[in-house]
Amino acid sequence: MSAVVENVTLRRMLSPTGNTGDAVFRILMMLVALLMVGLVVAMVIALTTDSMLSIRQFGFSFLTSQRWDPIKGEFGALPFVYGTVASSLIALLISVPFSLGIAIFLVEQAPHCIARPVGFLVELLAAIPSVVYGLWGIFVLAPFLRQYVEPALAKWFGWLPFFRGSITGIGLLTGGIILAIMVTPIISAVVRDVLAAVPGSQREAALALGATKWEMIRVVLVNGAPGIAGAVILGLGRALGETMAVTMVIGNRPEISLSLFEPSYTIASAIANEFTEATGDLYLSALVELGLILFLVTFIVNGIARLLVWKVEQRNG
Amino acid sequence: MANYGNADLMRRATSGLMTTLTALCTLLAVSALLIILTYIAWQGIGSLSFQFLIDRPRPVGEGGGIGNAILGSLVLLLISSAFGLPLGICVGVYLSEIGRGRVGGAVRFIVDTLTGIPSIVTGVFVYAILVLPMKHFSALAGGVALAMIMIPIVARTTEEMLKLVPHSMREGALALGAPQWRVILGVVIPAAAPGIATGAMLAIARVSGETAPLLFTAFGSRFFPTSLNEPIASLTVQIYNYAISPYDEWHAQAWAATLVLMTLVLGINIIVRFLTRKKF
Repeated sequence: MSAVVENVTLRRMLSPTGNTGDAVFRILMMLVALLMVGLVVAMVIALTTDSMLSIRQFGFSFLTSQRWDPIKGEFGALPFVYGTVASSLIALLISVPFSLGIAIFLVEQAPHCIARPVGFLVELLAAIPSVVYGLWGIFVLAPFLRQYVEPALAKWFGWLPFFRGSITGIGLLTGGIILAIMVTPIISAVVRDVLAAVPGSQREAALALGATKWEMIRVVLVNGAPGIAGAVILGLGRALGETMAVTMVIGNRPEISLSLFEPSYTIASAIANEFTEATGDLYLSALVELGLILFLVTFIVNGIARLLVWKVEQRNG
Repeated sequence: MANYGNADLMRRATSGLMTTLTALCTLLAVSALLIILTYIAWQGIGSLSFQFLIDRPRPVGEGGGIGNAILGSLVLLLISSAFGLPLGICVGVYLSEIGRGRVGGAVRFIVDTLTGIPSIVTGVFVYAILVLPMKHFSALAGGVALAMIMIPIVARTTEEMLKLVPHSMREGALALGAPQWRVILGVVIPAAAPGIATGAMLAIARVSGETAPLLFTAFGSRFFPTSLNEPIASLTVQIYNYAISPYDEWHAQAWAATLVLMTLVLGINIIVRFLTRKKF
């Protein structure tokens, strides 16, 4: 008798309708959903086990050592960390004002008949594959920067340490600019959603108080600030992990230099370039540890970004 | 009074300046797109020929083509769709119809963050769990890596499409005595099917441009594929290898291959846009 009762409560718990088919269906779907959680856990476990050799050997100095010398078996990731962070920051510095401008134009200014097709064209920038950006970067952007932009920067801003050194067109600046083009559609798309979620009453109130169009837009921006921060961090996450385009234009030299003209190297491009050529377990293990670092950093960065965007959309939606 | 007028003028001028700047930003982004696309078309069209589309790569100076890479990319897309689409749709169904409260929120969060994991890391992971145990690169490993990128995209679009289905349809079917699983499979999913299909197409377009996760899973090959258990060529890896090679002939072939890839990717994006234009 009690077994029957328990069976019934169990079934009720699994399926509010009390139908056996429902219970089976719900369990199946739930298993697939939990598979996603399992996938993330499996990633952490697999990446950690395979980088154990390198973690044991170098410990924390993996992150602080500048020497990356596969022949001598010395592996320090600092140049890659520097290259990744520097190229992503350059990308954000260029991309954020542009993305804000695009989102403001599409949400607040452009009439519907223009905003829709133009918005689609901006979104198409995100559909271009990374390797295509890389190809374009090698043969169009890099020569252009070498001939026109970098000499001008060196001439006018050469007193800054960032714009000194040999001008090759291949280096940190080129990588940052390519990344900027790639993250702009992503950031602007999220900012568009955030701005669209700000209630119209805010705009009406600002305009009714005699604000100009721009002053009204500033009110909207302040309102969506956490969501905009989320969009920027989302773009940062994307820039940190972007691989092919950066690998093709950044020069791939594990050296730290203040100059934006000098070649650099990112975590992702180190993995892409050296993984299949890695001879020896320690070398491979060091590369997997780079992957683990990239995974953890982007996971945290994306998590923060999602929380910020959710907050705004929940508050206003 | 005059001061007041000046300040007002300044405010208006600032407003005019800033709103012009935002328009310029948009203009610049759109021109960047057009410049890139026309450059690809201009560079690519020169080396494109029927022979190029069906031949396999040959040594420098002997021509050759991307037939094996096109076929390889199709095989990889088929494998990844076979794993990625059903799993992604199931997760989407869970998120929209079943997962409520904390567990549902947690799964949604995980799926969202999965979207943000760099594809190169996915490649390293698949290398660790498939390539190392099997001891060789394979089409299968490449397909699994692409499927992992597909799942979160398909899951989220499916969830959004299912949520667009009016509640009255679910209630109507339930009121007729259908169990929830029949309601979901027989009423809700068919109603959202066009949306789910376009989401699937976008996911396919997205992974067909992926290179990083294939570098050390599918690896690449200079021959036509014969087995799923062997390394396989793909358009993107071929473009990468040719782009960083020192030969002008291969650079020209990289542009032609890019034109083919972009036709596929943009074609899907534009078709999807055309199909969904009424809804958005």
